Amino acid sequence: MSLPKAAELPIGAVIPEPGSTRRNKTAGWRTLKPVIHDDKCIRCQLCWLYCPEGTIAERKGVFQVGNRTYDVKYEIVYDYCKGCGICANECPTKAIEMVPEAP
Amino acid sequence: MMQIQKTRWVEALTGNYATAYAVKAADVDVIAVYPITPQTTIVEKLSEFVANGELNAELIHVESEHSALSAVVGASAAGARVFTATSSQGLELAHEILHIASAMRLPIVMAVPARAISAPISIHNDYGDVMNARDTGWIIYIAASAQEVYDTIIQAYRVAESVNLPAMVAYDGFLLSHTVEPVELNDEEEVRRFLPRPVRPYTLNPKRPVTMGPLASPDWYYEFKYQQAVALKETYKVAKDVDALYGEKFGRSYGVLETYKMEDAEYAIVTYGGAAFGNAKAAADIARERGTAAGVVRMRLYRPFPTMDLLKALEGVKAFAVLDRAIMFGSPAEGPLYKDIATAMFIHGVDKPAVGVIHGIGQRTMYVEDMYKIYTMLRENPRKEVVFMGVRI
Amino acid sequence: MKLYYKTLKDLPREELFAPGHRMCAGCGAAIAMRWITKTIGPNAVIANATGCVEVTTTPYPETAWMHPYIHVAFENSAAVASGVEAAIKALKRKGMWDAGDTKVVVIAGDGGTYDIGLQSLSGMLERRHGVLYILYDNEAYMNTGIQRSGSTPKYAWTTTTPVGTAVKGKIQWKKDIMGIVTAHRVPYAATASVAYILDMVNKIKTALEYTEEGPTFLHIYAPCVPGWRYPENKTVEIARLAVETGYFPLYEWDHGKLKLNPPSSNHLDKSKRKPLKEYLKLQGRFAHLTEQEIAEIEKELDAYWEYLGKLAQL
Repeated sequence: MSLPKAAELPIGAVIPEPGSTRRNKTAGWRTLKPVIHDDKCIRCQLCWLYCPEGTIAERKGVFQVGNRTYDVKYEIVYDYCKGCGICANECPTKAIEMVPEAP
Repeated sequence: MMQIQKTRWVEALTGNYATAYAVKAADVDVIAVYPITPQTTIVEKLSEFVANGELNAELIHVESEHSALSAVVGASAAGARVFTATSSQGLELAHEILHIASAMRLPIVMAVPARAISAPISIHNDYGDVMNARDTGWIIYIAASAQEVYDTIIQAYRVAESVNLPAMVAYDGFLLSHTVEPVELNDEEEVRRFLPRPVRPYTLNPKRPVTMGPLASPDWYYEFKYQQAVALKETYKVAKDVDALYGEKFGRSYGVLETYKMEDAEYAIVTYGGAAFGNAKAAADIARERGTAAGVVRMRLYRPFPTMDLLKALEGVKAFAVLDRAIMFGSPAEGPLYKDIATAMFIHGVDKPAVGVIHGIGQRTMYVEDMYKIYTMLRENPRKEVVFMGVRI
Repeated sequence: MKLYYKTLKDLPREELFAPGHRMCAGCGAAIAMRWITKTIGPNAVIANATGCVEVTTTPYPETAWMHPYIHVAFENSAAVASGVEAAIKALKRKGMWDAGDTKVVVIAGDGGTYDIGLQSLSGMLERRHGVLYILYDNEAYMNTGIQRSGSTPKYAWTTTTPVGTAVKGKIQWKKDIMGIVTAHRVPYAATASVAYILDMVNKIKTALEYTEEGPTFLHIYAPCVPGWRYPENKTVEIARLAVETGYFPLYEWDHGKLKLNPPSSNHLDKSKRKPLKEYLKLQGRFAHLTEQEIAEIEKELDAYWEYLGKLAQL
């Protein structure tokens, strides 16, 4: 990989691109992977609330789960999930399972 | 309301007041205020200007010089034109931020009435403080009169904002900071036209968010240090151009160094600051009366070092001395300017006798007679050696 | 505290802190950063002290920050923020600030606040800059590898207060930073926890709005996985237990009035607090504690609650 030359870089080590750590996918940090079992999810939002990476996405729509209808569904953005398991630990209905990553 | 002086006029001012008047003329936005002798009267005067509504600036009454420089770093990063001043221990305390200010490429202007460094504590003048800051990536001017202080502060803003580097304007503490001279002041509107607000490449603004001061790995760090080295080197020409432009506009210019009777000089003293320069000039006059072709060179721009101008100034001399007012302990040559010149000459293949003279430490009186002795030394025993003068040994 | 957000549904949805940063899995401070940035909204400048948040979020050429952000050094974030605030004020007055009502927020760890940054913090508070200073407290110098700070609690293991045969853990008590800050008579200061997000974001918003009057301060408790030696899924659980056991009370200082917030508002009655042991036992840094030492910490905690009770009555 060839990196930019000194004269090609912004002065003063300024980073002009906000939020650019998004380029760095942290999925590879995981040894355990959270899996949401939607049938057990009561939409309490706690996983979304506590995720340190902000990797739990709220998807709007109409979702039929059993005999219940929800207007939102929680999904994990696996690109950035580091697998800490806070979501599973906080989930009041144990709807999130931590599954070993395939080697 | 803002009271803008319409015409140029002359005031009897101390060097420090000359600084304050220049800062006012530059329409500075944010000033960090902290007292230290002999700098204090600068920020006192600026506080008066603000209190009287003559200067539309925010004063930050910081709790230390470290915070003074940190606060103007923050203010400059946010896009403001900023100023602060310090001396001696204050400059030492702020030292960490000197490196950061230049590396973040912020056009801060700071006045430094030079003062000796503890211990023992001394409030008097030498250049131990400034010389300890010489390799921090700042532009450094050393002025030799109140008039030059005034003019240099204004030039410093123009240069700093052109190259995105901070600039220090140093001068003799007490000997210049507290002595009164007539100073011709410019029309402030003219000064503001000379200092248009530059479009800064990056500032802290939510409309254009950037990250400043990140972490750089070994893959990146060096490039930014190289950028700084190049930027400071290129400042040499910018400083010359700005000085010439200032001369055209306001009728006074100084060059990057000042020479006195160097046209035919065989022996020269190279130095910096008002007191050393003044006495060296008087000694040169005496030496000339007594038949020695003596001259003086005064460094005005110290960083970036004006190598080519200096080599040219010394081209015709048989031998020269470098009078330093600071000590680099344990160095192969204890005088910082002496070492710079020795390096410059070595690189450019110039080899001539050059005596390093340390004098005026802690404001030890430098007599004209001492300076005259230097010329005698050069004539009778030209050599390469560092001499401690004026000390009881 | 004003109630800007009544339920989780009211919380700001937009993420203003990008993932991909290098904060540890399960980092308590990361939860805090996410909610700080969401709550302050985009029109704010952030000044960050050196620390783990700073190094893990700005690995050149990438940044997790979407705000204008500046890091200068370890001990001076309050001074840097003072400068930013003064600059915005001056530029506004001169018609040279185009971003409107921009807020200034400091983010600093406990080392940068309790210890090396205390002087510049005090200066900023005394000068009454309109700056919100947020301390994320993980109770040691984590960035350099878990060394004791003025915030480290008594008997806690750190690499500079090891558990040896002669001395076991830190000898001194944790410094009362809220006491120091409120002694500056700031308009608003509050404690918050990453386990109580709704409480925390309302405090962030309240503190931000109060910067019109002067400096405000938030002390956010942010557990550290490697530093406190616990499994990475326990961050919120431990932060919650810190509050439930009374170890880290939630309260606010609003214009000279101290008010305990739920659930701490019930904890003046000791029987309402969970046993301290439940909080301590989850963490490796306290694994060596004897019953006697735990009793001593409990005694000190009771005294602290008595003190808080008196303050709450003022």
